[in-house]
Amino acid sequence: MILTLILLTLLVLAAVWTVMTRSLMMSAVGLALTSVILSIIIFTLNSPLAGVFELSVCAGLITVVFISTMSLTKPITRTEFKKQTKDRIKRYWYMPVIIILIGLGCALMLTAPDLKPLTPAIENDVRNVMWKVRQTDVLGQIIILLAGVFGVVVLFKERKKND
Amino acid sequence: MINDNANLFLIFGIFTIILGVCGFYCIMVTKNFIRALIGLEILTKAVTLLIIAAGYVSNRIALAQSMVITLIVVEVVVISVAAGIVFGVFKQIGSLNITKMRNLKG
Amino acid sequence: MALLLILIPLASIILLNIGFKNAMTKLAIWLSLAVSAWQVAMIIFKVGFDSLNLVNVFNLEIDGLSSVLLLSIGIVAFCSILVGNGTICCPKKKFNFYNLILLSIIGMNGIVMVRDLFSMYVFLEITAVSAFILIAYQEDKFSMEGSFKYLVLSAVATVMMLSSIAILLMYAGNTSFVMVRDAVQGMNSPLVLTAIALFVVGLLIKGGLVPFHGWLPDAYTSAPASVSAFIAGIVTKTTGIYTMIRIVSEVFGFSETIKMILMIVGLISIFVGALAALGQNDFKRMLAYSSISQVGYIILSLGTGTALGVAGAVFHLFNHSIFKTQLFINSAAVEKQTGTRDMDSMSGLSNVMPVTGWTSVVAFLSTAGIPPLSGFWSKLIIVIALWKAGYYWFAGLAIIGSLITLAYFLYMQRRVFFGKINVNFKDIKEAGASIIIPAIILAAITLGVGIFFPYFINTIIVPVSSVF
Repeated sequence: MILTLILLTLLVLAAVWTVMTRSLMMSAVGLALTSVILSIIIFTLNSPLAGVFELSVCAGLITVVFISTMSLTKPITRTEFKKQTKDRIKRYWYMPVIIILIGLGCALMLTAPDLKPLTPAIENDVRNVMWKVRQTDVLGQIIILLAGVFGVVVLFKERKKND
Repeated sequence: MINDNANLFLIFGIFTIILGVCGFYCIMVTKNFIRALIGLEILTKAVTLLIIAAGYVSNRIALAQSMVITLIVVEVVVISVAAGIVFGVFKQIGSLNITKMRNLKG
Repeated sequence: MALLLILIPLASIILLNIGFKNAMTKLAIWLSLAVSAWQVAMIIFKVGFDSLNLVNVFNLEIDGLSSVLLLSIGIVAFCSILVGNGTICCPKKKFNFYNLILLSIIGMNGIVMVRDLFSMYVFLEITAVSAFILIAYQEDKFSMEGSFKYLVLSAVATVMMLSSIAILLMYAGNTSFVMVRDAVQGMNSPLVLTAIALFVVGLLIKGGLVPFHGWLPDAYTSAPASVSAFIAGIVTKTTGIYTMIRIVSEVFGFSETIKMILMIVGLISIFVGALAALGQNDFKRMLAYSSISQVGYIILSLGTGTALGVAGAVFHLFNHSIFKTQLFINSAAVEKQTGTRDMDSMSGLSNVMPVTGWTSVVAFLSTAGIPPLSGFWSKLIIVIALWKAGYYWFAGLAIIGSLITLAYFLYMQRRVFFGKINVNFKDIKEAGASIIIPAIILAAITLGVGIFFPYFINTIIVPVSSVF
């Protein structure tokens, strides 16, 4: 319980840092860090497979996507950066305050939900659930991957060729 | 046991709300396209946490895991396509500043 | 049968992309037309409805409501493909367009056939991703921006729906419609109510209803002509409105709060959309606001919670997707021939583009609810449903909204198609066959459904009411 609480607090801190940090690159790194902490939490909740996915895909692949997008687009100039920094402080300093207030508010106002005990699940192996219960989702995954590949080809590759 | 689970879910729920506010604030306030996508990612992280917690407290962890795996696959595709669109916007207006995008007005 | 509706478009996409670039670029249009025409034929003639039920490992089902949607998906896709052939410039882009249309057909067919909240989310994302690419893939500043706006709002909506699914999973132990319904109905726990509210708000964002409509005019206006016909005609209707009808009537049930929220949102959408449409100069932007207004009628009718109300909603959904696609196709024809969408600079186009002018008259009279066109019957059912359920004020306001619709369409017709022709456009011709043919097909459907209404009441309303 204590471990979970510490991990969750770290998760929120990482997310806050991701949002508030000035440099875009650091922000992407912060997002990866958030993902890593989230995957540890998922591991502690007895979900190793989902944890591995979160770790490899979200912390790895998505960071790569972000960083390559950043390198394809132009970084801002130094004067713009300075101007933005002043501007940023104005826009972002509310956030920690809001988060602390909302966190406190939720902790005080919300009460535990009235859960009814459910019958235990019939199938407890994630691989079996994936392939025998949720085939529709697997089919959907295949199709959306196809759509994604198509989108990346159309949006990145063909556009670069035109230049 | 049930009560324990309910309290556990409450804790996860509160942290999900906080993460969600964090991501939403990022989307609302930012002036940079890529940072808006990072905000979306944080929102998705919050939902992942909630699904896993819900599966854990209701003894449906296998089901929740398979959902999270699907969710992650979908998330990657959406973010890649979004990155493609951001790249296209950059090609068109030469900047990642959202304030330069106000050609369309609701 | 149900599975084939996903597998055949999927197989055609794979076939188109395995190689033989030149041959496939030529084949693409015929293949995609064939797929959508096959879908329409399948639904109309009910080919093999029961014979192939053996392969039901994917939990896909087709009932009355699904059939109506599958039919409109097929028709709108067929017409958009033809329009794309007439308006998109280079063969490469045309090829991508057909592939993306096929992908969104898969996504939408999935949405209307699944009976599980999470699978529905997966197919919603497939449709949404193909819609983002469709809006953005032709390089244009505005379309990128419209697409990005749509993407962000749609992602926020799916996050809301997913959190709702997580909570419902905890209560029901599963996400299939039946299990969730059994667990949720009659339950007053605040957490369940939050989950329902989150889901409904997510769907309202996806459907572009009024407090959340900011992305919709931009996405419709900035998209290329054929794409906006497709997206306005069927994509947002399936992702936002069909899902709302299905989920509210089959899963959450009509509690008093849901009814009230839907009716108020519907009514506000009707008026905000109609009044905003009055003030537009851009042809497509006006149609976008008109779309918000018509969607308001569907949601208002759903909000009555009676069988007649739901039937009216489904009927209007079908009619709306037909005549709105047609109006967007007409705007595509006008834009292609005159090179502008500014309604102030046009006048008297009916003289040089008679087919476009007269088919658009059919569509707008149907939108405004003039007998004997299809829109009249669906609006009549909606008003009767409101009256019977005891919402007299809402019925009266719905009729007033219809009058505003008539007003802005008459204003549009006068500015664009009637009157003295603008000298600049004296020499333009009617748009090519691949734009006129879909316009004629859709006008004929609008007219046919209106005239043969008794037949359609039996094929549409009776099957849908049997949901209850």
